[in-house]
Amino acid sequence: MIPTLQVFLIVSAALFSAGLLAALSRRHAIFILIGIEMMLAAANLNFIAFWRFNPQSQPPTGVMIAIFSIAIAAAEAAVGLALVIAEF
Amino acid sequence: MSSAAFVLIAILTLAAALAAATLQKLMHATLSFAVALVGVAAFFFLLGAEFVGLVLVFVYIGAVAVLIVFTILLTRRDVGKDRGANWSGALLAVAVFGGLGWAVFKTQSVAIAAPHIRALTVKRIGEALMTSYVWPLQCVGLLLTAALIGALVLVMEEKR
Amino acid sequence: MSKSVDQIFVNAKQWLLSWLMPAPAWVLQIASSLINIFTLLAVFLTLFALMSVLERKILGRIQNRYGPNRVGPFGLLQPVADGIKMLIKEDIVPARADKLVHFLAPILIAAAAILALGVVPYGRNMTPFTIDGGILFFFAVGSTTELAVFMAGWGSNNKFSMLGAMRAIAQMISYELPLIITVLPVVMVVGSLTPDRIVAAQTGYTLGLVPRWFVFTPWGATAFILFFVSGLVESNRTPFDVPEGESEIVAGHMTEYSGFKYATFFMAEYIGMFAITGLAATLFLGGWHSPLSVLEFIPSYVWFFTKLSALLLVYVWLRGTLPRTRIDQIMNFAWKFILPMSFTCVIAAAVWHYAGRGLRGWLWSFVVIAIVYTALSMLLDTQRKFAPRIYRFAE
Repeated sequence: MIPTLQVFLIVSAALFSAGLLAALSRRHAIFILIGIEMMLAAANLNFIAFWRFNPQSQPPTGVMIAIFSIAIAAAEAAVGLALVIAEF
Repeated sequence: MSSAAFVLIAILTLAAALAAATLQKLMHATLSFAVALVGVAAFFFLLGAEFVGLVLVFVYIGAVAVLIVFTILLTRRDVGKDRGANWSGALLAVAVFGGLGWAVFKTQSVAIAAPHIRALTVKRIGEALMTSYVWPLQCVGLLLTAALIGALVLVMEEKR
Repeated sequence: MSKSVDQIFVNAKQWLLSWLMPAPAWVLQIASSLINIFTLLAVFLTLFALMSVLERKILGRIQNRYGPNRVGPFGLLQPVADGIKMLIKEDIVPARADKLVHFLAPILIAAAAILALGVVPYGRNMTPFTIDGGILFFFAVGSTTELAVFMAGWGSNNKFSMLGAMRAIAQMISYELPLIITVLPVVMVVGSLTPDRIVAAQTGYTLGLVPRWFVFTPWGATAFILFFVSGLVESNRTPFDVPEGESEIVAGHMTEYSGFKYATFFMAEYIGMFAITGLAATLFLGGWHSPLSVLEFIPSYVWFFTKLSALLLVYVWLRGTLPRTRIDQIMNFAWKFILPMSFTCVIAAAVWHYAGRGLRGWLWSFVVIAIVYTALSMLLDTQRKFAPRIYRFAE
């Protein structure tokens, strides 16, 4: 079995649901942050997979969006954790 | 793109992600989160986007995970433990997974094998970043600076 | 003749692989990787053993004593004795420790250190793991160390461990920034993140005499010194060994480790040191290129390991000479001096490039660095007067 786009999407959906589970069912703010980061990672996985399975991959839009989203996730984590420190 | 590697990485990633979502201790959850992100980076390698995978490891393991861990330490107030999953959240997560999975299965156009594409070198990414994506790049720089200052202000407020 | 000596290891590997020839491609690939891994481990574990005894001997000479000289000729079998001692020691895990995290920390830290070795080119055609973006791989893997150190400190459930881990992470994060930014000018000038290309860009000699290594340009020399100091901090060596300062917090994050786990930490520290010095040699000292064109008959890997040993000798020398710094001094040094200087290196490299990479570029980038250096030293000067120290009880 060669991995098709479908299985990548399934894996990313599962990762997204795990992130959702962490974000919805936990009380502590850091757990919620972890959940959000996991959902973002799942979205990135989707972007990269769609880029890879697209025959016209020039310009590499999916890769670019993934890079920007990683940068934004880092900024979000920094501010979120500063909030947690300020709060507790 | 080998299927054995895919299955191994998928199992590792999903197990670590589930552990991160359900483990009792905050520290264990954070470490599992780090493992899950290494798995995602491995997926990126498998898909031929090595640069993004490396950036992911670099940013998430080197910065975000360490930040989380630091925050846990600085906010020690016996909130390290958290009660297990609450059922409505779990139900909703399963429902979302079911819906997404059903949609992916039903869509016939995504059941395709990988086409042959030109290797994505760092040089190509750099050229794209400096030509068509130069405005988003500047915006991200601005955003990161704003986040830096914002985080600093938030933490300094506490000191006063 | 010199060509075949130069390529002897590459040819030996090809010969070994030719035994497997009828096998499918993936078997060959795995076999090739395994050969690389085992060679790498064999070479660097031997170097670790050698280094551990040589360091003690050199330190002994610096402090006017003999150093280890009992086991084997000149004490060279000392690592064997140490290894046996470490292996047969009892492995103690604290009762309140987080068993799994406590167990995984040394493994992760050693794995990260060994992985980082993989992207360094050790000689002509001798890079174990070629990847587009090898420098980034090096730092991505190196950043895993922080989490491992933290796991060691937290998993032990001990105040000293925790404090040591906090100190270690604080200083590692502070110095990781300059470490990466000082690499930036080299990457900018070469236009590639691949170590092989960086080494290839340092081929040749100016006027047939001075090699075209980046350390001979003003920005390169500054970046090299900053990189070296940051590397010293990253590998937790004296004078920056606050995380494990024995006289203050026992052994930092390694307090609760004994026997072979402690030895693994020790090994990871040394291997991380080899990786950093190897990268420094690759980036600034021309990698495996020879310093003089008449000496090019000597094989490339010999030159690489000569440079590596020279840098390691400086590490030992510094350890024998300098006292330990305080943590606030380390932090101030990082954020107020090293970081602005590394940004200056980036600017100076750009100036060097746009002024034609010749003598004019050399002068202009020197001017940039000199101005910033003078301004910084004037700004950071505390104007504090120090009286000569009076020894009351000594002499």
